[in-house]
Amino acid sequence: MTALRFSIALLVVFGTSLALAQGGEDKRRSGYQDMGAALQQMQDDDTANPGMLFVQQGAKLWEQRVGAADKSCADCHAAANVSMKGVAARYPAIPPGADKPVDLEGRINLCRVDNQKAVPLPLESQDMLALLAFVSRQSRGLPIAPPDDSRLAAWREQGAEIYGRRQGQLNLSCAICHDDNAGKKLAGVTIPQAHPTGYPIYRLEWQGPGTLRRRLRNCLIGIRAEPYPAGAPEYVALELYLMDRAKGMVMESPGVRP
Amino acid sequence: MDRRRFLAGTAVLALLPFDRAAATPDAMAEAIRKVVGGAVVREERVKLDMPPLIENGNTVPLTVSVESPMTDGDYVKAIHVFNEKNPQPNVLSAKLSPRTGRAVVGTRIKLGDSQKIVAIAETSDGKFWSASADVIVTLAACLEEST
Amino acid sequence: MANILVNAPKTAKRGDVVEIKALIMHPMETGFRPGPNGQIIPRNIIEHFTATWNDAEIFAIEMSPAISANPFISFFAVATESGKIRLRWTGDQGFAVEEQVAITVE
Repeated sequence: MTALRFSIALLVVFGTSLALAQGGEDKRRSGYQDMGAALQQMQDDDTANPGMLFVQQGAKLWEQRVGAADKSCADCHAAANVSMKGVAARYPAIPPGADKPVDLEGRINLCRVDNQKAVPLPLESQDMLALLAFVSRQSRGLPIAPPDDSRLAAWREQGAEIYGRRQGQLNLSCAICHDDNAGKKLAGVTIPQAHPTGYPIYRLEWQGPGTLRRRLRNCLIGIRAEPYPAGAPEYVALELYLMDRAKGMVMESPGVRP
Repeated sequence: MDRRRFLAGTAVLALLPFDRAAATPDAMAEAIRKVVGGAVVREERVKLDMPPLIENGNTVPLTVSVESPMTDGDYVKAIHVFNEKNPQPNVLSAKLSPRTGRAVVGTRIKLGDSQKIVAIAETSDGKFWSASADVIVTLAACLEEST
Repeated sequence: MANILVNAPKTAKRGDVVEIKALIMHPMETGFRPGPNGQIIPRNIIEHFTATWNDAEIFAIEMSPAISANPFISFFAVATESGKIRLRWTGDQGFAVEEQVAITVE
């Protein structure tokens, strides 16, 4: 009996390692790995990464009292390097008391409205990007860790469905580029696997920082599809799917991308 | 133009020092002339570091280094950078002194197209030195974004 | 409030050559690009950058529209004496900002 259990255990252990060996190491690649050395250095050096300008601005906003409550983020959350550690690595998530997921921008605005009694920041505004950059910076180096919340499954499925669906005049899906043709070149740039490891990213094309939603919108326009309106739940669904797909990959925020 | 004349023409062209004079558009040559006057520019002592292939022309890292002891008696006074295909030929002009310690300047520039970049240094003895780099840009700067 | 990131050593030995790196948030709008309405967006660039060490100029640079948005500049300086390194950016539309860092030279 003991011998049998031992053999089964051995089989499980052996079987798992065999599966790992056969499945190969993780084939997922961050867009960082496909950039040239110059851009990698730009991201790696905090004194050269232009995204750090926005992290710094976000650090100032973190301390700034706003709204009728006259509270700053720091008044409730204290030091961000402790309280915000890992937060960007798990969003989108369903906030306490809510019934649908929000991304980090949505979460920041909930805080502003509910706790600071302030008006929400316009999505993708400079102050919002700065706060996002500052909060996300606290997760740099941590693995992407979507919440283990069964309520999210339906939205993730919706995201997966959008990801696999052909759309737009070019009749392309996200998957055709980022799964089937990732690693090949499009206009001289390597098509990435679309793992959201660095958001908000400082994108050279934008000459500034931007969110994952902006990137998704760019892609939709690229395939000549109509982008979803600002704040549409489809973006959150796609973000949920992409974060799940990138589970365990390391956060780089603020990333630099071409 | 008939075929024979055309061929004769290309033969003459092939004899010209093609590489320098023809590859440098007039505006850049003129901008350089304004800086160096009639002085001889030697392709020595200057190093221009740029990645040979750029993913996006909006932000291209560039470092110019000049061999110089940077002493009171022998230093680099100025470093200029020019490009041949952006709307304007002048990229930057840096002023240095013995207090600068090392004649090295780094920045990031926009490139509207694949092109040649020229760096020129002026030393305290009034001489000019240069280096150039050919850069391939796969996505140019200044494209308007619709989102 | 301008957003500026300056990186310079806090201490140095006399005679050391130290590297100074500076990033500043600025659009560096070239004046050549049309905006969404088809009109050219007016030029808005930083034209001059100067660095002084206890008021003595150590480095200066004239910029053009070809300098990237959120300009980055790196240069060197001889650590002569303790004091303040002052960086100043000026440009179109009355842009003028300053940042200073202290350095101790032993």
